[in-house]
Amino acid sequence: MTETTRAWLLSDAPQTRRQARMGALYQGWLTFRANKLAMLGLVILLALLFVAGFAPWLSPQNPFAQNLADRLQPPSAAHWLGTDALGRDILSRLIHGSRITLFIVGTVALVAPVIGLFVGTVAGFAGGWVDQVLMRTTDIFLAFPKLILALAFVAALGPGIGNAVLALAVTSWPPYARLARAETLTIRNADYIAAARLQGAGPLRLLIGHIWPLCVSSLIVRVALDMAGIILSAAGLGFLGLGAQPPMPEWGAMISDGRTYILDFWWVAAMPGLAIFIVSLAFNLLGDGLRDVLDPKGGAE
Amino acid sequence: MLTIKDLDVWFGHPPERVDAVRGASFVVARGESFGLVGESGSGKSTILRAVTGLIDTWSGRIEVAGQPVTGRHRSRAFHKTVQMVFQDPYASLHPRHSVDRVLSETLHLQGMDRIDQRIATLLDSVGLGRGFRFRYPHQLSGGQRQRVAIARALAAEPQLLLLDEPTSALDVSVQAEILNLLADLRRDRGLTYVMVSHDLAVVAHMCDRLAVMRGGEIVEEMTAAALRQGAARSDYARDLLAASRGYAAG
Repeated sequence: MTETTRAWLLSDAPQTRRQARMGALYQGWLTFRANKLAMLGLVILLALLFVAGFAPWLSPQNPFAQNLADRLQPPSAAHWLGTDALGRDILSRLIHGSRITLFIVGTVALVAPVIGLFVGTVAGFAGGWVDQVLMRTTDIFLAFPKLILALAFVAALGPGIGNAVLALAVTSWPPYARLARAETLTIRNADYIAAARLQGAGPLRLLIGHIWPLCVSSLIVRVALDMAGIILSAAGLGFLGLGAQPPMPEWGAMISDGRTYILDFWWVAAMPGLAIFIVSLAFNLLGDGLRDVLDPKGGAE
Repeated sequence: MLTIKDLDVWFGHPPERVDAVRGASFVVARGESFGLVGESGSGKSTILRAVTGLIDTWSGRIEVAGQPVTGRHRSRAFHKTVQMVFQDPYASLHPRHSVDRVLSETLHLQGMDRIDQRIATLLDSVGLGRGFRFRYPHQLSGGQRQRVAIARALAAEPQLLLLDEPTSALDVSVQAEILNLLADLRRDRGLTYVMVSHDLAVVAHMCDRLAVMRGGEIVEEMTAAALRQGAARSDYARDLLAASRGYAAG
C-alpha cells in the first residue's frame, strides 16, 4: 500500500462519506491485524474456504470410491491420512467434507443470530407484554438442553443434513435473543435515543438504525465464538446418525464410523476429529480478534 | 412560549412512588432566557423531560407556543418548535453514527430540503469546520461533541431550546466557549432558552429570570439582576447563594 493511500485512510478529517467509512474499516483491520492469534484463525478459515471451493480439484481421489482390498490402511504416500473401513481415502473425504461443514456453519450463522437479534431487540425495546411473551418463549427454548431439542426436531422432521442444520438454527437462537435484549435495555434509555425521539424518529427507525448497529457487533463476536459449538453439535448429530447420511463425508459421521476401530486403527476417527478441532479453534481465535475490533465498549472509544 | 402550571411528575407506582416534581408553575416569554437552578435531584431536568415527552407520568398543564401537550405523544409541529441539548455530550451522540449521519438523519426526519447544504451551514454556525463532517464521536473532544449536539438541536430551526446542564460535563475553558456560542445563537436567531443548571454563575450569566427548585418544588422566582445582587427572599435561595459564593471565594 502506498503512503498516500494510507494517509488518506487514516485522515482525521475525511472529506467524503466513503473515505470516512473506508477509514473506519481500515482502523478496524489494523486493530485486528495486531492480534497474531486472530490472524492465525483468519488464515485457517480462509484456507478452509479455499479447500471447500476447490474440493474436486484438490482431493487426490474420489471420496466415494470404495476399495475393500485397501481398507483401514495407515497413513502412507498413497493415502496421506490413511483409508477407512470401506477403503476410501480419508484425506479426500475430509476435503469434500469441508463443504458440508461450511454449509452447516454458514446456514446456522445466518439464521440463528438474525432470529435472536430480532426477538431480543423487539422485546427489549417494546417492553411490557411484548417483552414478556417473547422472553418467556425464549425461556422455554432455553429450558431444554440444546442437543436434546435438536434431536427432537430432527426426529420429527426426519434425519438428513438439511434438517439437522434447521434444528441447530432453531435451537441456538435463544442465547442471541437474551444477549440482544440485554444490549437493547442498556441502549434504549440512552440520551442519543432520546435525542432521536425528539426529532420525531419512529420506533422502527430507532430499532433498525440506532439499536441494531450497536447490538450486531456483540452478536457477531458471540456467533464466531459459538461456531465451534455449532460444528461440534452438527458432528454430534452426524455421530448419532441423525445428521448427514452415508456415504456423505460429514466429519462427525466420519468420527462415528471410526469409533468401532478406534483402538486398532486410530487414524480413522482421529483425522476428522483433528479437522473439527482445528476449524473450531480457528473460529474461536477469530471471535477473540473480532471482539477487540467490534466491541463498542472497547478501547477505540 | 412555554407555560407550565401545577406540574406534578412522579416515577413508579405506590407504595414506591417518588414525586420528583410537585406543583411547579412558571411562564417563559418568547425570546426570554429562563433558568432552573437547584441541587441534584431537585427535579430540574425532570421538568424538561416531561415537557419533551420523555417522561409520561405527569399531570398538570404544559403549553408550548399556546398549544397544550398531553402524555407522551408529541406532534411533528412540536418537534419542529422545541429541541433539547443534553447534559452529557459523551452519551448524547450515537457511537456508531458520524456527524454527517446524525445531522442528515435529523434534517431528513424534520422534512428539510437541501440537506447537504444545510449540514455545512449548521456546522459553520456552531463553529465546527467542514473537516468535522465525517468524523465519528470518538474522534471528537467533549466540547466538539456538544457543538454537534447543539447543531443537531438547531437543525429543525426550533424556537424553544431546552438546555439540560449543557456545560456541566465539560472543562471550565470549554464551558465558556459553549456558553458564548449559546448566547450568540440566541441573539442571532431570537431563540427562547430554558436552561437547567446547578451553577448559579452560569445561570446569572445566561438567563434573564430564574426559578430556584428544592425537593421538587419551586421555592422562588427571581430576576438575574436580583441574583447578582444576592437579593433572595426565601431562606433556601439565600443559603444557596451564600454556599455558591463561599465556594467561589474558596
